[in-house]
Amino acid sequence: MKVAVVRFWGSNCDHDAIEWAPRVLGLASEVIWYEERELRGADLVVLPGGFSYGDYLRPGAMAARTPVMEAVIAHARRGGLVIGICNGFQVLCEVGLLPGALLRNQTLTFLHQEVVLRCETAGSPFTAGIGKGRLLRMPIAHGDGNYFADAATLSRLKDEDRVAFRYVDAEGGLDPAHNPNGSLDAIAGILSEGRNVLGMMPHPERASEALLGSSDGAEILQSVLGSFQRA
Amino acid sequence: MKARIHVFLKEGVLDPQGKAVMNALRTLGFGEVQSVRQGKFFDVETDPLAPGESEARLREYCQKLLANPVIENYRVEVLEP
Amino acid sequence: MADPKVTRALALQHGLTDEEWEKALSILGRTPSYPELGIFSVMWSEHCSYKSSRVHLRRFPTKGPRVLQGPGENAGVVDIGDGWAVCFKMESHNHPSYIEPYQGAATGVGGILRDVFTMGARPIANLNGLFFGRPDHPKTAHLMKGVVAGIGDYGNCIGVPTVGGQVTFNPCYDGNILVNAFTLGLLRADKIFRGYASGVGNPVLYVGSKTGRDGIHGATMASAEFSEATEEKRPTVQVGDPFTEKLLLEACLELMAEDVIVGIQDMGAAGLTSSSFEMAGRAGSGIRLDLDRVPMRESGMTPYEILLSESQERMLIVAEQGREARVREIFHRWGLDAVAIGEVTDTGRAEIFWHGERVVDMPVGPVSDQAPAYERPMREPAGLQSRTALDVASLPPVAPAAALLALMGHPDLCSRRWVTTQYDQTVRTNTVLGPGADAALVRIKGTTKAVAMSLDVNPRYCKLDPFEGGRLAVAESARNVACVGAKPLALTDCLNFGNPEKPEVMWEFARSVDGISEAAAAMETPVVSGNVSFYNETNGVGIHPTPTIGMVGLLEEVDARLDPAFKEPGDAIVLLGETFGHLGGSAALWVLFGLEAGSPPSLDLSAELRLIALLQELAAHGLARSAHDCSEGGLLVTVAECGLASGSTLGADLSLATRGLSPLARLFGEDASRAVVTAPRGGEQGVLETAARLNVPAAVIGTVRRERLVVRLDGNPAADLSMAQLRAAWENGLRPIVG
Repeated sequence: MKVAVVRFWGSNCDHDAIEWAPRVLGLASEVIWYEERELRGADLVVLPGGFSYGDYLRPGAMAARTPVMEAVIAHARRGGLVIGICNGFQVLCEVGLLPGALLRNQTLTFLHQEVVLRCETAGSPFTAGIGKGRLLRMPIAHGDGNYFADAATLSRLKDEDRVAFRYVDAEGGLDPAHNPNGSLDAIAGILSEGRNVLGMMPHPERASEALLGSSDGAEILQSVLGSFQRA
Repeated sequence: MKARIHVFLKEGVLDPQGKAVMNALRTLGFGEVQSVRQGKFFDVETDPLAPGESEARLREYCQKLLANPVIENYRVEVLEP
Repeated sequence: MADPKVTRALALQHGLTDEEWEKALSILGRTPSYPELGIFSVMWSEHCSYKSSRVHLRRFPTKGPRVLQGPGENAGVVDIGDGWAVCFKMESHNHPSYIEPYQGAATGVGGILRDVFTMGARPIANLNGLFFGRPDHPKTAHLMKGVVAGIGDYGNCIGVPTVGGQVTFNPCYDGNILVNAFTLGLLRADKIFRGYASGVGNPVLYVGSKTGRDGIHGATMASAEFSEATEEKRPTVQVGDPFTEKLLLEACLELMAEDVIVGIQDMGAAGLTSSSFEMAGRAGSGIRLDLDRVPMRESGMTPYEILLSESQERMLIVAEQGREARVREIFHRWGLDAVAIGEVTDTGRAEIFWHGERVVDMPVGPVSDQAPAYERPMREPAGLQSRTALDVASLPPVAPAAALLALMGHPDLCSRRWVTTQYDQTVRTNTVLGPGADAALVRIKGTTKAVAMSLDVNPRYCKLDPFEGGRLAVAESARNVACVGAKPLALTDCLNFGNPEKPEVMWEFARSVDGISEAAAAMETPVVSGNVSFYNETNGVGIHPTPTIGMVGLLEEVDARLDPAFKEPGDAIVLLGETFGHLGGSAALWVLFGLEAGSPPSLDLSAELRLIALLQELAAHGLARSAHDCSEGGLLVTVAECGLASGSTLGADLSLATRGLSPLARLFGEDASRAVVTAPRGGEQGVLETAARLNVPAAVIGTVRRERLVVRLDGNPAADLSMAQLRAAWENGLRPIVG
């Protein structure tokens, strides 16, 4: 499996994303500059977190209009795998690969905290190896992570089993007090119609070693590799 | 040409910043305030454009970049042709 | 617009004294031009020249086997072995943050980040020391919300984690808040970049954002007292652009990986003026600049304005001759301008032109490093003696449980969660211990090492005894670093004081410097960088002396780290160090009785050194399960904090002997050189034996238990609280301020 990480101007989790596959899977990451129009044969494309273009205008808006995103869209339309983390999720919504939008956190402040996620479906390459109902611990770090979609989109997401992760309490229960940013239906991550594109606000790449407090995030990459090898 | 482009949240999209501003105004004694919606505007200067073309062109700016159609509406206003 | 005629009166308006004006005339041999007067005024401002502090700062120990770069550069550099080094510095942004808290704090973070990455280091951790007025002061909430959001937004956007710091409230900061920003970066020990303009003919390049009129005379503003009038005046505030700084950071580090740069310096306070004069001054060279080539954001700017602008996110680079194209290529890739605006000369002069006309012609040396230095008069403040007199016996008795709840819920001691959740603490995937630990701990990838950092000062101690307060700040920061298992290596400081023209302030300053020097020498933790901020006074009222210490330590094996959290019920709780029950300057006196009185605890440096060695040894040999410094609030607060840090409901059963002390003194007294550690059941013997070997007093004082904190004094029940109740008080302590 070939992994590529896109670097936009201002991406600040680019190093974290670039080091993710080598650390978890022992696979190298290709780094793709935002001006490139080729993904160099990547099987999995990671759109990293962190303030591309300073989050000016709207988070992800300007990164979504860069040349490399045309290649990412084509890759996704062919069924290629894409993970957008945090700002990467915002970019995926801006280009329309995922429905909805990420609004300002309900607290109106940036929020960094550890959250518990519940895996809501095993039906995707990213979650097949995790399993429905599993709980994962990892940090969030964003100002605009409040997931929004209109009623029709939300019911479609649910009907098609496309909610990948929800924010839950430590026991796995839904609780408004544990929905940190006010996301609709406590949604933390969603899948595309083809189930090959995942967008999520929490940071699995920051929770992939015990030394940093949690290695649950590694399971997403391991799941992708497992699915890739089976395919 | 000089134009002003307004971008604002669609009705029905929660606007926590607008709500916070409303609450602040009410706390300051402006009890009559019933609703605040926060938006933004862009002042744009361009090379001369063909008459009749300007507004369509400005709307294209919005569709391509300035507004997110999932959550935002926009209004364009030509100030000087 | 024609420049105004330069006269003595105009010079005095620029903040020069009569004596300095005479000196300027004699250096030039003529009346300065208007831009030259601007240069004298900023280069000789307190902020840039350290004219009141220089004679004292010389007393700091600054050398050591690990010091690769001491004071005098953009930041200090310390060797951490295996070819790696860390570069760090702390700087104040007090005045701008009071005027516009969001932008003031944000640009403070931006400035200190640039100081560190100009040395060739990639910033990997931010910490900050924040000092606000009394919690219920009408301005405190506004200032605090703005400062925290500004620090967060800048650090978060540029992608450097904020991993720790200090937040303190005191009425002395009502009119002068303090924002002290610390950054640490990582670099190869043999790839240090410095601010040198050397090599005749080498091009001088301007990189980064365009120049506007923002912040003109920021440096002179930081060198004058506030009054009602200045508060109204509002000088042009600098606005931070963390996105551009992120591009600048990446472009500079990419450039530094190649042999293209001779010297580089941030255009911080006093902008282009200080960067060009300091770079030429260090190299002993000259510099020629064409100001009309400087990229400008506003039209109609004059040479004076360009020279003094403090627009953010700009750097001055001296490149190898012939390599300008490569510099431009890398910067353009990151969407940034790199413009040649001049060259290095051997004239020893700064020659500055505006459309071909020479507007500045000054000798570099006399302006940059022969700035006036004053031995200002000093006098011990009247009334200090009566302030330090304290009759403990006259205090009314307190119920320990109620006192503990009051302390834990007090803004000075309560949870900082409202603040720290606004900071990205984990970006760059290095954060092993973040806010809430005694010291932040950041691992060094590719090694087993981690770097520990702690910011500390107790302004109450410093007010009551600036010498002891300075020593205690160094000792506490070193102890905090040792509590995570690390060895203290070196420190940076941010010395925040009132008006140095007042003999009492100068006395406080000199005593603080003496205290810091003595402790830093004893700890073998040299001062490698720092900053002085004077004139923190409004309407004649100055702040408490606030010498913030930023200690950096090294943990060779990150797996050996300790944190403050209790781990298991049944674990033994051991108090290290000696208890005298000292109440002078304590949090208990302040929170329970509103008293800032008495003298701070006295510090035995050799006892402190033994404790620090013990903490490192306990960590290295895995003898302890947790460790927490016992300082502000005393023993009971420390134990409660260990329970709250566990994130669950662990508390403690404590059994203490009063040994003639009042319950207040025994439970809430603040003695130096103490720490609380835990050991697994049966493992306490190892701790006690090691402590005995290192000659540190140690005693088992209780065990970890679930859900309650129970205290017995001489066998009698003294307090019994649920941890849930304590947690509620602790977590809601900032609510009255921030909602």
